[in-house]
Amino acid sequence: MEIDDFITAIEEEFDDLNPGDVSPNSVFRDMEGWSSMHALIFVALIDSKYDVLLNGDELKSCVTINDLFDITLLKLNGGGANT
Amino acid sequence: MKRTSNRFDLGSSIQYLSYFLPQLAMDNNLLAEQFVGKKAQELFDISGVKTRHVAAKGVLGSDLAISALELLQKENPNFSLSEIDFLIVSTLVLDYNSPTTASVLHHKLGLSSACGTIDLPQGCSGFLYSLSVAEAMISAGNARNVLILLGEVPTKAIHSEDMVLRSIFGDAGAAIVVSENNTKAIGKFTFGSFGNGFDFLKVERGGGRNPIDEAWIKKYSDQENQLSFGRIEMNGLEVLRFALKEIPGFLEQTLVKNGLTISEIDFFIFHQASAMILKSLQRKCNIPEHKFISNFEDVGNTVSCSIPIALKKAAALGNFKKGDKILLLGFGIGFSCIGTVIEW
Repeated sequence: MEIDDFITAIEEEFDDLNPGDVSPNSVFRDMEGWSSMHALIFVALIDSKYDVLLNGDELKSCVTINDLFDITLLKLNGGGANT
Repeated sequence: MKRTSNRFDLGSSIQYLSYFLPQLAMDNNLLAEQFVGKKAQELFDISGVKTRHVAAKGVLGSDLAISALELLQKENPNFSLSEIDFLIVSTLVLDYNSPTTASVLHHKLGLSSACGTIDLPQGCSGFLYSLSVAEAMISAGNARNVLILLGEVPTKAIHSEDMVLRSIFGDAGAAIVVSENNTKAIGKFTFGSFGNGFDFLKVERGGGRNPIDEAWIKKYSDQENQLSFGRIEMNGLEVLRFALKEIPGFLEQTLVKNGLTISEIDFFIFHQASAMILKSLQRKCNIPEHKFISNFEDVGNTVSCSIPIALKKAAALGNFKKGDKILLLGFGIGFSCIGTVIEW
């Protein structure tokens, strides 16, 4: 699992994102038109691509795309809360 | 006894199905006018809905159910209410706390005094729960023609400033007649209950544990009916997590119980919960696009009416041929889920 693939998946998921719009340091809540619905899209995307289901606390703890990637990787490798 | 044990071998099928949508079709332009600075496209982006219907003031779910029944009678002149020997009603806004809305509708419709009546207010799982009871009543020899009436007015229990819920939910009614049949067109049901999620999607206030009080009425004095039917509160993240965590496995259980594999299913109709949940589940369950029926864009989430509306619309488009296997899966408030396979 590479962060480049992770970013590509995010850019493909959102219609208004183009390749290169997102970097590891992008603050996802600063995305244009950000709403709580976007957070749900992240959760659904990560679940479908990596079979990792983030919970509310985990989501809240993330600020950047890199944070999301790290927590996904941690859970993928058996770490984090099993919820 | 008129009925003999061999009737236990009989099955049932959906004989008639009609739905009704209230006249006011609120598109995103109309809805956006009520939210300062919001554009129609933004509402579509967050909800995936183009139009949702809104019942007029004073109209309850049971009224929409009756409108659907009137439509059913018009579409099927051979159908007679005198044949109905069991009535099941599913609605989240009951006419009265007690007696059942089914009793009220039994009287309004002039049904036989030998007709049984129950309410099954099971939210978004309400249609399939009702179908499971109808099928069981018929296969046990306790009824021959079961009328299921569904009526939902979620818009009456949503705060006017709750943009997400107002974008997603719509009002509707549906009427379904399930009849004794020589073929078992309704398959086995699987049930799932996850009561630990009851708090994540609920109608706040109006129950015995959380009655509406003066403070509530005062707080919502600017709302239609002062939100006296209660207020729908949803934790969208937890609803999504429930769906993603439980539904794929539940789908598999439904297939196994009916002795089928996913490739043997011709069409899938899930409760039309939200565009995102539908898309995510389709992806996670590996369901091909052409087999996955969704009309969420047209009507939004109409609670118990969503599967019947999707069925009827797809049938009207000529999507189904005789013998097609259609997997139906309901899920929602509770949390609950229920699945079955019907043969068209």
